[in-house]
Amino acid sequence: MAGRMRIRAKMSEEGVVDVKALMRHPMETGQRKDAEGNPIPAHFITEVVAMLGDRELVRAHWGASISQNPTLAFRFTGANEGDQIDFSYVDNKGEKGSGTVKIKAG
Amino acid sequence: MKKLIATILVGSVLSVGVIADDWDDDNPAIFFSEDGADMWLEPQGPNEVSLEECDLGLGAGVVEGAYAQLPRYFEDTGKVMDLEARLVHCMVTLQGRDADEITAHPYSLSGETGTEIEALSTWIAEQSLDMPIQPPQDHDAEKAAYTLGEKLFYYRAGTHDFGCSTCHRQSNTRIRLQELANLTTADGAGAAYGSYPAYRVTQGVVRSMGWRMRDCARQQRLPEMQLGSEASVALQVYMAVNADGAPMTAPTMKR
Repeated sequence: MAGRMRIRAKMSEEGVVDVKALMRHPMETGQRKDAEGNPIPAHFITEVVAMLGDRELVRAHWGASISQNPTLAFRFTGANEGDQIDFSYVDNKGEKGSGTVKIKAG
Repeated sequence: MKKLIATILVGSVLSVGVIADDWDDDNPAIFFSEDGADMWLEPQGPNEVSLEECDLGLGAGVVEGAYAQLPRYFEDTGKVMDLEARLVHCMVTLQGRDADEITAHPYSLSGETGTEIEALSTWIAEQSLDMPIQPPQDHDAEKAAYTLGEKLFYYRAGTHDFGCSTCHRQSNTRIRLQELANLTTADGAGAAYGSYPAYRVTQGVVRSMGWRMRDCARQQRLPEMQLGSEASVALQVYMAVNADGAPMTAPTMKR
């Protein structure tokens, strides 16, 4: 279930790209207990990277305070419609997720 | 059931890299809806059959608009049923699964990330998006369900002398910072009923109306409300009828 992403990248008339990535991830802090009282092990994304070709747009270092099924949103300039943005993340268990989006006018 | 969910979701992991679409919402309910759509088609149970022939009130396999016209009377069971009771019925009769097994654990517990009922409810309700809430009130049993629902709504019981009405019969009230809907009015009932199933941010999963009935009963310190029980269905009928054609907005996102 972790690994799935829904990404949107819309470019305004002024050339500002608005990117939003919604990720499916439990983002378990490690502090919670389940219904039987057993601790639920920590499982959260530690790093998210967004690339436009070779250009690194965002490198986010996350921890336990980021919520479950998190959204990463940011804006940038210097791209064209149709350009591809590649997302990837890794979590504390070493599991990975990725997604890709093409910039649309909007 | 857990194994099945793991199997379905492993399938999803293998297909990582979702291409963008024009979705404009931050609501993680969309993942649950996608899971629900898959589960509807997944052959399960001893009969190795999907839920595609399930009759949700508008005919076998008709999902579009079905949620907005539930709960309703079903000839084949002789009962007024809500979505969840109907899903369990289809899982048992079509797929040959065990009702007790399904209803033992229908909703996510702490640390869990979604159940079959939650995913199916999300997807099915989404197929009624923007449609008017119009559960039928033609059959005597449907009318009786409304009467019972109204009675239960005002019934104060348990250690805290608590009824639904305690919180939900007045407008412009809140508990701490949580607004309380006046479920006796069309606006209140419409907004409340229409917004479930909803992704609850504090819980990280989508919660259905059946879950909401159970959790309200828990908060009232009443005995556990069972999925698809006469009480749960009657209260849902009461709200849905009071909604008076307000549009479905589910799946929404709540705190």
